[in-house]
Amino acid sequence: MIEFLGDLFRWFVEHWDGDAGYLVRIWEHVTVSATALAAAIVVALPLGAWLGHTGRGGFAAVSLVNIGRALPSFGIVALALPLTIRLADAVPFIDSGLGFLPTFVALFALALPPIFTNTHAGIRSVDPETVEAARGMGITGTRVLTTVELPIASPIILAGIRIAAVQVVATAPLGALVAYGGLGRFIIDGFAVRDMVQIAAGAVLVALLAVATDVGFSRLERRVVPVGMANARHRRTADVG
Amino acid sequence: MIARAFIDWGWIFDHLDDVRDKVVEHLVLTGIALGVGLALSLALAIVGLRFPRTYPPITWVTGTLYTIPSLALFAFFVPITGFSILTAEIGLVSYTLLILIRNIVAGIQGIDPAVRESALGMGYGRRRLFVEIELPLALPVILAGIRIAAVTTVGLVTVTALIGQGGVGFFILSGLRRFSETATEIVLGTALSVLLAVGIDLVIVLVGRILVPWTRPRVAA
Repeated sequence: MIEFLGDLFRWFVEHWDGDAGYLVRIWEHVTVSATALAAAIVVALPLGAWLGHTGRGGFAAVSLVNIGRALPSFGIVALALPLTIRLADAVPFIDSGLGFLPTFVALFALALPPIFTNTHAGIRSVDPETVEAARGMGITGTRVLTTVELPIASPIILAGIRIAAVQVVATAPLGALVAYGGLGRFIIDGFAVRDMVQIAAGAVLVALLAVATDVGFSRLERRVVPVGMANARHRRTADVG
Repeated sequence: MIARAFIDWGWIFDHLDDVRDKVVEHLVLTGIALGVGLALSLALAIVGLRFPRTYPPITWVTGTLYTIPSLALFAFFVPITGFSILTAEIGLVSYTLLILIRNIVAGIQGIDPAVRESALGMGYGRRRLFVEIELPLALPVILAGIRIAAVTTVGLVTVTALIGQGGVGFFILSGLRRFSETATEIVLGTALSVLLAVGIDLVIVLVGRILVPWTRPRVAA
């Protein structure tokens, strides 16, 4: 056991640089995760906000949660591959349907439900009297959404983005199965050649990155919440914890 | 690249025996994880309720386990327990804990104190109070937790294909090896996993209706 930990430590000293070092793998992991998350926010947040604002799409929000939970993320990553391969065949300017593209598509699909659902639920949870009061003050149309509903819903929306981010970072290792890099490489390649030290090292890195993502977004949540909402936020966490 | 049929139905009909075997394996892996997870969660929830100081560390530890990506969690134990069913179950059980413990504790804490009061007044001991009053009353919330844990576990079992287990995840993994010809196995594995999740969920809902006929099962977070 002590010997194994020594080997593990040596692995971390020896494998940090180079094209297949873990600094590059972390960078690949973060890039595909961040792009997929950003794309999902761009699509799901406005859609969820608008449907929540107009009071539609409640059924879609509930169904998305259930579908998202029942669909295995492993299946989503695998399904993305035959799709992107065919896409690359059909579209001339896409060089390869392997690697980044299927990983991105899968992570994007995974990130959509939590962001959409939380945005929708967040907007719906705004007290109608508050919206009424805003209208009475002469705030109209979409400005009600941007100046009243979105700020009030922001803790719930940010929680959705955090859930999506953690899920994306957690699933990105499976990208190694569709020829992407990222930290999953160490685990998947380690499995193939039964390199226990590399498997353990990959596991440590993936776990640390996921926990760091969770902690980072939790901090962000606390920081970004509007001043007037600070008390509400406090109450909410107190209820849960 | 020659794109053959996206789904090759003939292949599926030729492999129905494999489908049956893998579905059974999937059910066994899920069943063990839920059974062990429920037993552990019940024990930890009892500890957390009896000694409230232990509850925050319990949720912290199980919450951290829950945050660790499944592939990493399985990979952690491969050097220790190998490419075995034990490695798969350690990971699968770990993921059920947070959901189940939270729901058991929330279910029991949500019971009207007056009910507990009257049971104590009628001479119920602590153990009898727990088994005969608290658990049955908390059952709807606990069942909601079991539903979430079950559906999550069914999906996670597919990932254990990478450590030589996997149930229907086996098809997804083997499908990845011949993705350029057909998507048959990937679609089959994913669809079976979804069907199993929905099926198990339905079974739990029906069992719930029988166990707690006084209330319609409802979903709690």
